[in-house]
Amino acid sequence: MKIYAIALNTFKEVIRDKIFYSLVFFALLILGASVLLSTLTVGERSKIIEDLALSSIDIFGVIIAIFVGIGLVDKELEKKTIYTIISKPIRRYEFLLGKYLGLAMTLLAYISVMSACFMLVLYLYTGAWKPTLLLSVLLTYVELLVITASAILFSTFSTPILSATYTLAIYTIGHLTADLKGLAAKTGEESAKAVLEFLYYLLPNLENFNIKGKVVHNIAVAPDYMVFAVTYGLLYTAGLLIISTIVFQRRNFK
Amino acid sequence: MVRTENLGKVFLTGFRMQKVAALKGLNLEVRQGEVFGFLGPNGAGKTTTLKILMGLIYATSGKAWIMGKEVGDVSVKHRLGFLPEQPYFYDYLTAMEFLDFYGRLFGLPRAERESRAKKLLEQVGLAHAGDLQLRKFSKGMLQRIGIAQALINDPELVILDEPMSGLDPIGRKEVRDIIMGLKEKGKTLFFSTHILSDVEVICDRVAILVKGELKATGTVGELIGGMGVRAVEMTVEGMDEEGMAALKTLSKNVVTVGRQSVAFFDDQDKAKQAREMVFKKGGDIVSLIPHKASLEDIFVEEVRKGEVGGKRGTEARP
Repeated sequence: MKIYAIALNTFKEVIRDKIFYSLVFFALLILGASVLLSTLTVGERSKIIEDLALSSIDIFGVIIAIFVGIGLVDKELEKKTIYTIISKPIRRYEFLLGKYLGLAMTLLAYISVMSACFMLVLYLYTGAWKPTLLLSVLLTYVELLVITASAILFSTFSTPILSATYTLAIYTIGHLTADLKGLAAKTGEESAKAVLEFLYYLLPNLENFNIKGKVVHNIAVAPDYMVFAVTYGLLYTAGLLIISTIVFQRRNFK
Repeated sequence: MVRTENLGKVFLTGFRMQKVAALKGLNLEVRQGEVFGFLGPNGAGKTTTLKILMGLIYATSGKAWIMGKEVGDVSVKHRLGFLPEQPYFYDYLTAMEFLDFYGRLFGLPRAERESRAKKLLEQVGLAHAGDLQLRKFSKGMLQRIGIAQALINDPELVILDEPMSGLDPIGRKEVRDIIMGLKEKGKTLFFSTHILSDVEVICDRVAILVKGELKATGTVGELIGGMGVRAVEMTVEGMDEEGMAALKTLSKNVVTVGRQSVAFFDDQDKAKQAREMVFKKGGDIVSLIPHKASLEDIFVEEVRKGEVGGKRGTEARP
């Protein structure tokens, strides 16, 4: 109930923010542009639309997750609104989870609207529905949950700019962790190998959530894989949130 | 209602993590049903104390209790209201949504939330602004909606941090009236301020905090009573030069405006001598005003004493 109250308030906060609208507007713009771009290519034009749309849903989602996520806690501290919340009968972890769920709800709304528009555009263009694309969108959403949790974690102890930098770094490295493992295999130095392997297991492997290529080219995705990817994402998110609440619990609100 | 024992807080500031003691061994007690004023100059540690009580920061040493339970106990917060200093609120919410949100945090059912929110808006004089977004509120309106927010759970103890700062005289009177209304309902009020005239009017007891240390505590009468008449101001007329010279030797300062002269005296004896002298010389006394110590004098004195040996400006701002 209390967590829901905070989540609902956060949802309203983001939904009534102009930045959110402009990001959604740009995402829709790119979706529209993909139709234009597809006319410039030879071969299967619908693939271009699918590829571009899935990527833009992903990238704009990440931008929202990072730039709204880092501000969630910081804004409350800066504007001192947190004073009125923590002085109510609410525990700190409830507040933090509420903020997180609020943004998760917002991202769900974003991704639903985007997917609906995308499916419609594709239907108007090809005359057929392609529901498998939604599998990719689902995993994109799980990826956004992980990114949002990272942003929240960093924002519990550092400034917004640093948090944004760290989270962007996590996002970038998260898509390249396979290279970390490759590098670990190639290096002769034992200690370097240990460090690289440690990083490989520590950092989120965001490529797990990337099945865009497969669904666009009609390659089947195993149900087992979907279960694995979703479970991995949720567990990683839970871990990040637990660390966040521990850090947040100890913090002095100056 | 509120009790602190040797409460202390040390902040680490700057890159080198210098230690700044914002609060030093504070012992304080606020009794049930009273209006307690917490005075002190900026940076004295008032907000720090209130933040510790609300569980926003953790004390470095000592303990504090609210309604018999140690600070941080969530159950006590059900019976508590708090208004932070210079509050900013969720400006994207309307006044009704805003109060509804805080009602939810107390787990109040919808119908209850709605009726309380409406009643509170009326109580703080914002009944007309229920559907207005807070970003369109003036400073005085924000302060009042802030107080409404602190009262949504009908608390027994209301803690207000600088409720009158930044308000115009009318706004201050409105806040004062709200406080008095709460007192009549039997609530306990604990608020920090540096607007002394308000304190004299509404507080049962006050505490003066300077540089993190408690300097004085008691009723306003007790604090002022100990100091008696501090100065006498006498206005005279029709004095000759010789008389004026005699007046100047007795008075610490004489100001002449036109035909009248105003003389100031440090103690009553000298004022008495001067009075007799004026009669002898054939002058007239137009007015004679004894100046009693005000809370302001006590406040200024305590602050000054606190600054001996230390320079002002090394205040810790949490």
